[in-house]
Amino acid sequence: MALPDLAKKPQRFTGGHRACAGCGFPVTIKIILQAAENPVVVGCATGCMEVTSTIYPYTAWRCSFIHTAFENAAATMSGVEAAYRSLKRQGKIDKDIDFIAFGGDGGTYDIGLQALSGAMERGHKLVYVCYNNQGYMNTGIQRSSATPRGANTTTTPAGTHLPGKPQYPKDLTAIMAAHGIPYAAQASMSHWNDLYRKAQKAFAVDGPAFLNVLSTCRLGWATAPEDTVDVAEGAVQCNVWPLFEVENGKWKLTFKPKKPLPVADWMKQQGRFKHLFQSDNTELLESIQRQVDEDWQRLLELCGE
Amino acid sequence: MTLSSQTKNLLKVHQQVNVNIEPNAGWRDLPIGGVIPQAGTATQFATGDWRTIRPVWSKEKCINCHRCWLYCPDMSWISENGQIQGVDLTYCKGCGICANVCPAKVHAIEMHPEDNFKDDEVVKEG
Amino acid sequence: MAVAVETQKTAALTGNEAAAQAMRQINPDVVAAYPITPQTEIVQLFSTFVSDGLVKTEFVAVESEHSAMSATVGAAAAGARAMTATSSQGLALMWEMLYIAAGMRVPVVMPMVNRALSSPINIHCDHSDSMGARDSGWLQIYSENAQEMYDNLIQAVRIAEHPDVLLPVMVTMDGFIISHGMENVELLPDRAVQDFVGEYHFPYPLLDVEHPKTLGPLALQDFYFEFKRQQAEAVHRAKNVILAVAEEYARISGRRYGFFEAYQMDDAEYAVVVLGSTAGTAKYVIDQLRQAGEKCGLVKIRVFRPFPGPELSELLSGLKALGILDRADTFSTQGGPLYLEVKAALYHALKRPKCINYIYGLGGRDIDPELIRQALMEIKDLGSEQADGVGPIVRYLGVRE
Ligand SMILES: Cc1ncc(C[n+]2csc(CCOP(=O)(O)OP(=O)(O)O)c2C)c(N)n1
Ligand code: SF4
Ligand code: SF4
Ligand code: SF4
Ligand SMILES: [Mg+2]
Repeated sequence: MALPDLAKKPQRFTGGHRACAGCGFPVTIKIILQAAENPVVVGCATGCMEVTSTIYPYTAWRCSFIHTAFENAAATMSGVEAAYRSLKRQGKIDKDIDFIAFGGDGGTYDIGLQALSGAMERGHKLVYVCYNNQGYMNTGIQRSSATPRGANTTTTPAGTHLPGKPQYPKDLTAIMAAHGIPYAAQASMSHWNDLYRKAQKAFAVDGPAFLNVLSTCRLGWATAPEDTVDVAEGAVQCNVWPLFEVENGKWKLTFKPKKPLPVADWMKQQGRFKHLFQSDNTELLESIQRQVDEDWQRLLELCGE
Repeated sequence: MTLSSQTKNLLKVHQQVNVNIEPNAGWRDLPIGGVIPQAGTATQFATGDWRTIRPVWSKEKCINCHRCWLYCPDMSWISENGQIQGVDLTYCKGCGICANVCPAKVHAIEMHPEDNFKDDEVVKEG
Repeated sequence: MAVAVETQKTAALTGNEAAAQAMRQINPDVVAAYPITPQTEIVQLFSTFVSDGLVKTEFVAVESEHSAMSATVGAAAAGARAMTATSSQGLALMWEMLYIAAGMRVPVVMPMVNRALSSPINIHCDHSDSMGARDSGWLQIYSENAQEMYDNLIQAVRIAEHPDVLLPVMVTMDGFIISHGMENVELLPDRAVQDFVGEYHFPYPLLDVEHPKTLGPLALQDFYFEFKRQQAEAVHRAKNVILAVAEEYARISGRRYGFFEAYQMDDAEYAVVVLGSTAGTAKYVIDQLRQAGEKCGLVKIRVFRPFPGPELSELLSGLKALGILDRADTFSTQGGPLYLEVKAALYHALKRPKCINYIYGLGGRDIDPELIRQALMEIKDLGSEQADGVGPIVRYLGVRE
């Protein structure tokens, strides 16, 4: 699909929302909703997306939308999807409808992991999208288990003893793939075509699908608002955020940087890593690079590259 | 069973296609449970006044790639029949993403300080 | 539509079986539930109805009670009649979602089998679980026995879904005592229940995709309060609806229900107020005392939310003394939750009885007739002219000193 054609389809997410200037997730929403052919019902976890897009009486959603709480977007949408199946079976509804649950990385990797795992295991026909901005942004930039090692957050503040978050992020996309669901993929808002195609596949499978989509938070990452797309692109180019998919158990790389950038180059773009370059953190930076390289090698093997 | 007058009122409200939620509406007149019974009401909330810099578009230079349309977080680029028409500044927050993603060789968007423009020029460019 | 009372079938059922039968007859579109003693049997039985094709329900075997309530809220908001069931720790895990269900005005109905809350962990009956949820915005109906559980559940659907109400309803019964005790239960014909509950209707169904709407938005200082005011009003309006539904139910079943049951209250001078299965034991004691010429009576509260304050006040204000039995404590030094409500209801009465509180039966501790008789004798003494002061207002009945 060429972009001018994509723009011909009616948009289901409007301006007038209150996300920060230069926020990444509205773009993620836009690309995913443009990929849906059917009417959609969207469920959303508490977090920046929900809180900026539905400030009563203003909603940025042009499709059916429900938010109930933080940790349960997958469970709430399980109920919506079960209602759909029930009413369809009874002949009370005949339309085809797609179901999407959006959760931030906090609402997905951390507090919502149980509900997500349950929904995926039960096999609801539901596309779960983690709009991953690598931290709890709505509550003021706290660490999550998706936050990169070394990042300065308000619960892992860079200090004299600790240089930001001590742990590496966990590999949630692999965890979701391990559920044996028909489709799990990792994508980035910067690579719209890749994301668009993955969203199409996710809608097409007959069962649950999971998309983990890197979506810049320029406030929490401390980047210039105009750099939102570039920084997400950088994460892909340095292999911190590889693009891949797992379709019926088969792993496939969907993008391979020609010459991967050093991770430090990507980190230098962001204020949240500033402290690492202000004093000698060579060792830490090297070990981060080593970890990224190892993860990348493992991924290449999984993908048969 | 009979319905209370508020319930009748609410059912009536629900059946209207355009619900105008008055900022001063009392509890009896609001739809129940916090429901916003209408789609896309955020379009009534202009975020354009957050802007300190504004995108200026050159129709001549534009190659219609639509990257600005795609990456604008505030749905500000107007596309009709696959043609970029310009930018609607009602929601534009002046992030500068559009100017940044416009291909470097094309450079059809430039960001200018908001102070360079008089208020009455706002709303739509194209 | 009137159904001849004689077409009802009598069956020997446990409380859980009676609840499951009511659910089968209500035949909800979606049930999302998670097992917990002593409610488990309801989920298991209902699953067999699904497996055997006896219901049209989509059963979602969720991974927790938090998800059970989340999915039930989602299904109800989507436009489907949705139910769940729980007890104790399960209700505690749902806590967050209870408030959300009420705030979003989804008419979910839930059998709730009363069980003590940890810690220590205990699987037996007390009312700590549902009492903790008393201010969550749910309507609460307490059942004395399996028959009431059955009848209350069917009525709850109509109450919850009434457009004047649109609030979730929990219908409780005492764990083990009722949930596992076998009794004769009169069951309505399936058809009669189906006709009684009718079609589900929620004014803002998500699946009506032609009319997209946003449910569960952020509402701040400028609107939140109005929604809470609406919610308070809906609870007020539920009172009329509860009585009207009871009236209609009496026509098809021959069984009458109100906010509470007044037993031997016409000329009573002193009385006890109770919830749930204890009413059965207390009635037996009252009968005995009455034979000995005592002017005692009993009030069994059926509807705890909305609380029938003015109606109770009218009934109770003429008494000399009153003992309120609570199977839960508030740990506030002020007594149990039922005591606080009844006492508050009496505050504006011109004549007020002396009022004391008995906390009893925690963690399933037996309440035998002798204990109730003792309590009634204390209450009687309190009401006598000679009594001076009331003594301790909160007393613990049946605990080892
Ligand atoms: C049960 C519960 N715990 C905590 C919160 C507070 N809270 C709201 S959003 C949020 C963080 C959201 O982080 P994420 O899911 O990553 O979304 P983001 O805001 O980053 O987009 C937290 C901690 C809550 N609303 N509910
Ligand atoms: S804090 Fe970050 S994620 Fe939240 S609205 Fe702002 S830029 Fe977007
Ligand atoms: S400056 Fe930002 S908000 Fe304004 S049109 Fe460009 S991308 Fe959109
Ligand atoms: S990004 Fe630049 S070239 Fe492409 S459509 Fe927009 S203005 Fe035209
Ligand atoms: Mg986040």
